[in-house]
Amino acid sequence: MYLTKEEEGMLNGEQGDVVQRNMRLIVRLGDIYKADRMIPIGSVQVAGVSYKSIGDPGTEYLEDIAIKGAKVRVPTFLNPTGMDMLDWKKLGFSEKFAKNQIRIMDAFGKMGVVLSATCTPYLVGNLPRFREHIAWSESSAVCFANSVIGAMTNREGGPSALAAAICGRTPNYDLHLDEKRVPQLVVQVDAELKHNADYGALGYFLGKAVKNKIPYFRGIKEPDTDNLKALGAAMAASGAVGLYHIEGCTPEAALFADKIKDLETVHVSEKDLADTYAKLNTGKDPDIVILGCPHSSLKEIATVAKELEGKKLKKPLWVCTSRIMKDAADRIGLSATIEKAGGHVVADTCMVVAPIEEMGYKTTGVNSGKAANYLPGFCKQSVVFQDVKELIRRLS
Amino acid sequence: MKMTGRAINPGKAEGEAIVSTEPVGFYGNIDPKTGIVIEKGHPLEGQCIKGKVFVFPNGKGSTVGPYVIYGLKANGVAPVAIINKETETIVATGVILADIPCLDGIDISKIKTGDRVAVDIGDTEGAVEIK
Repeated sequence: MYLTKEEEGMLNGEQGDVVQRNMRLIVRLGDIYKADRMIPIGSVQVAGVSYKSIGDPGTEYLEDIAIKGAKVRVPTFLNPTGMDMLDWKKLGFSEKFAKNQIRIMDAFGKMGVVLSATCTPYLVGNLPRFREHIAWSESSAVCFANSVIGAMTNREGGPSALAAAICGRTPNYDLHLDEKRVPQLVVQVDAELKHNADYGALGYFLGKAVKNKIPYFRGIKEPDTDNLKALGAAMAASGAVGLYHIEGCTPEAALFADKIKDLETVHVSEKDLADTYAKLNTGKDPDIVILGCPHSSLKEIATVAKELEGKKLKKPLWVCTSRIMKDAADRIGLSATIEKAGGHVVADTCMVVAPIEEMGYKTTGVNSGKAANYLPGFCKQSVVFQDVKELIRRLS
Repeated sequence: MKMTGRAINPGKAEGEAIVSTEPVGFYGNIDPKTGIVIEKGHPLEGQCIKGKVFVFPNGKGSTVGPYVIYGLKANGVAPVAIINKETETIVATGVILADIPCLDGIDISKIKTGDRVAVDIGDTEGAVEIK
């Protein structure tokens, strides 16, 4: 791989041991994937933040490089943590878990990372432009940035994204290259998509079917950004989709209009979606309903608040979101409506990375295809997977 | 016998080989405190990789795996070297973070558990010697 003089110096230790080791990491990864050079990046999203996910080894690594003076060079946002950093006690998180989670946050803080604690950086101040090179981990955010915004990032792992932040660059391969963003199959959707859960079911079904290929969708009508974040998140979780195109909707789709006629077409029917719901519904009666995977937008919080007006919930309901979105929801009274009905607007965390299995919950209700995919394995939960309105009806 | 391959992380080491014919996952599959393989049904289940030359075709599983490799090293239970058929990103990231000598592009069927193996890995290429 070609390296500039400055990059050679970084690799040779001219900027210290931490930069050298992180540069070595991204240069080797670049070599493995046959990158021709390094490219500067506009921003980074770092995953691997919850103590539940990274444990003692990850915590010790982050503390080690923070003490040695690691600093990020580009705006670097953080994925959700394992708990609400302010309300953890009230919500039932243990002291021991909190202590370790705070160590991790302190280490990221020392490095200059924005402690955004959300999987939706694009909603809270980290919005790349069309065709901007970025290095994001968090598979749902990768899918959103590539597909909906048309920015360019690979599916980074936590450490490689952090290394990109520390070095300010990433190796130029795969989804950073125009020729690697061409659709590889056409997906004809012959089913009506009524709400986020339907988009999640479609995403789950397709991720399993296409694995890491780039799908080009036809037949999806006027989705909103919440629908698209639900779709991409599910595809990225059940498969390894990093980029999708939707005819007449996503910004790069028109570039490929003449490149799709020879591609294989997969049809998705109402029955495929019904079968997906049947497969993902492994539980009957939820102990708790947790929304916000990916983190809720203000519009999604408003939908929940509207449903809850005048209701009293019999079981817990968490609406997970970023701290910034929670502040907005507090300010316009949405949080108060939700709290009054017995629910909580929970910031910084979500059902996947919080230790809900240690908090006594066995069956969780979700409207997210991604959460439905991960909860049985990561959190040992039975799952009820439905639209928000249905889930709230079950609790009231 | 000597074989050469591609350097993933440079270094020199020598030790007894422990060979898996199956891919190896780290997160949830190897205990970072003991170096014992805990994955149910894995050919190496119950065996310890501490101080060994760890030979397997490629990595698999969660992207948190690199932190487990780092943890093995920090806890003094890491293998002294890793030899792969083809190193993917999880193992590559882990060995670079933990500074464990690693190379790939090796015909691992030639190496048997218990063999005395030495690796000498430079910046771009490395050699494996079965003694």
